[in-house]
Amino acid sequence: MSATTHRRADARPALPGLVKGTWLVAQRELTMRLRSKSFLISTAVLLLAILASIIVGGILSSTSSAPKVAAVAGTASVVEGVQGLDVTEAASADEAESLVRDGTVEAAVLPADTELGYELVALDEAPGTLVSLLSVAPPVQLLEPGDSDDGFLSYLIGIAFGVVFFMSAVTFGSTIAQSVVEEKQTRVVEILLSTISARELMAGKVVGNSILAFGQIALIAAMSVLGLSVTGQSALLGLLGPAIAWFIVFFVFGFVLIAALYAATAALVSRQEEVASVTSPVTTLVMIPYFLVIFFNSNETIMAIMSYVPFSAPIGMPLRLFLGDAAWWEPLVSLAVLAATTVVIIGIGSRIYSNSLLRTGARIKLRDALKG
Amino acid sequence: MLEVDDISRSFGSRRVLDGVSFTVGAGRMTGFVGGNGAGKTTTMRIILGVLSSDSGTVALDGTRLTPADRALFGYMPEERGLYPKMKVAEQIVYLGRLHGMTPQAAKRSTDDLLERLGLGERANETVESLSLGNQQRAQIAAALVHDPEVLVLDEPFSGLDPMAVETVQAVLTEHAAGGAPVLFSSHQLDIVERLCDDLVVIAGGTIRAAGSRESLRAEHSEPRYEIELTADAGWVREVDGVRVVDLDGNYAQFEVDRGDEGLAAAQAVLTRALASGPVARFTPLHPTLAQIFKEVVA
Repeated sequence: MSATTHRRADARPALPGLVKGTWLVAQRELTMRLRSKSFLISTAVLLLAILASIIVGGILSSTSSAPKVAAVAGTASVVEGVQGLDVTEAASADEAESLVRDGTVEAAVLPADTELGYELVALDEAPGTLVSLLSVAPPVQLLEPGDSDDGFLSYLIGIAFGVVFFMSAVTFGSTIAQSVVEEKQTRVVEILLSTISARELMAGKVVGNSILAFGQIALIAAMSVLGLSVTGQSALLGLLGPAIAWFIVFFVFGFVLIAALYAATAALVSRQEEVASVTSPVTTLVMIPYFLVIFFNSNETIMAIMSYVPFSAPIGMPLRLFLGDAAWWEPLVSLAVLAATTVVIIGIGSRIYSNSLLRTGARIKLRDALKG
Repeated sequence: MLEVDDISRSFGSRRVLDGVSFTVGAGRMTGFVGGNGAGKTTTMRIILGVLSSDSGTVALDGTRLTPADRALFGYMPEERGLYPKMKVAEQIVYLGRLHGMTPQAAKRSTDDLLERLGLGERANETVESLSLGNQQRAQIAAALVHDPEVLVLDEPFSGLDPMAVETVQAVLTEHAAGGAPVLFSSHQLDIVERLCDDLVVIAGGTIRAAGSRESLRAEHSEPRYEIELTADAGWVREVDGVRVVDLDGNYAQFEVDRGDEGLAAAQAVLTRALASGPVARFTPLHPTLAQIFKEVVA
């Protein structure tokens, strides 16, 4: 009998604690995923696409800004000191006119017998931008100043939040689902359960994939900030910065919530072929806010509701913050609701997960999995 | 000593285990036999803590098992498997670390085991690229990486190629010889018969018989003999205290009562046979495990 006891007291290996077991599982998820070429390539493509769209957007908006204009010696003083003009000096009025004709400049400023002492010569339409640049504008005072209500921009940003959240949740969520079923399908799960608890296993999967998802989101955010500042769109960055920061905070909780749902639902089946159908309710849950933000991003009521519903808050609240529709305390309340929901769902999810892992074969009914 | 005490477990309204108790002695190779659905896998899962029991306890050397104790168990589940896309060595190191080993110790133990199992050159290949026989060896390594002090193996021989069967047998005997309690289930009764010291028979969720192989044999069968003569053996039927089971020309198989009277009856058969001519064969028959099993479970 002493033969079996000699290690129980002294040289016994320290069993991985709750945290260590979870971390070992998380580490495995991380290394296996980072080793996958398809994952690395798709991440790189995603980042490049984001950078490209910001740079292209920047170039398009900057080219339209400075109108080209030709001036002769007599009118040089008129265009001198006017901001945002690209001035070409012409030797004579004839040369200036030919510059207008061949399209090198938008208009020529030539001396004329008018009230101002000069006139604008353009080809086939009045150069509107130039006219307003050279005009004296009266000061304007707004009695009820609105927000920077650029409908198109908020639409784009809403979609950007929607796409990023939707894509990350579905990509990493289904990775978790597949990894759960892989362990059931290959039966390795029983060996794992003889060393660590189902809770640790599930926590490890969620943590590992969450780290990857957060990493990707952080890279996307960093890339956007970098892109915006390199292309000189720092004004937009100032508006967008706080929204991006809130988005990341909401994302952390929202993603963990969705990851737990994916892990729990996937545990109900035993074959990879069934993963998509069993997790489809979760996918739908993530898809709905995405479509809502596309169709109703200008509807304040729907956006307000969205910003409090846990599954859509990561999209809705940052967008409302960007538009200036939300009071300072609103994101905090919404975040609290989201965090509480996440805790509850993790509890229910890990119960479903533990009760389902060893039941292989047919799909398990949700009710049975909850009962245990 | 591993003690299973009064374990019960139901799935829904179905009672799968009902007051299951038995012990696995240190250094004893214990066979766990029973038909499909008798409760073997459920019992083993409960011993390993993979499944919880509704009531009852599992203890090692008198103290109730904790998760830390279970880290010393080597377990091979009936439904086996490893991660197909992970490399062999990497995977076994991972399992060792889940058992609480340091990275260095897990690495060392993995290298040793793979070398011993003839998988040294395959250490850096993925499991799915291995032949079936080599996958089985990797599975054995997975159960042994942490140098377990108690072995619980569910159907360790099922689906193994003959080489792997030999490896597993060697591993089991080695661990038992080192003083570890070894519990293994199998429905290949001939292997159980050859290997085990003790036997636990389960049927319908209750233990029907438990004890050493010899005592079970003595307990569960009438003493039986066979005799082969050079002439017709029909007369054996007439000997007092003898029940003929099989009679075929010169050959007879018969049963006698237990104890001295039975022994005397058997001797009477032999004496009369010798008196009537040459005897080709006279052997006491040991009941096979299959016979005991049938009798106990019936």
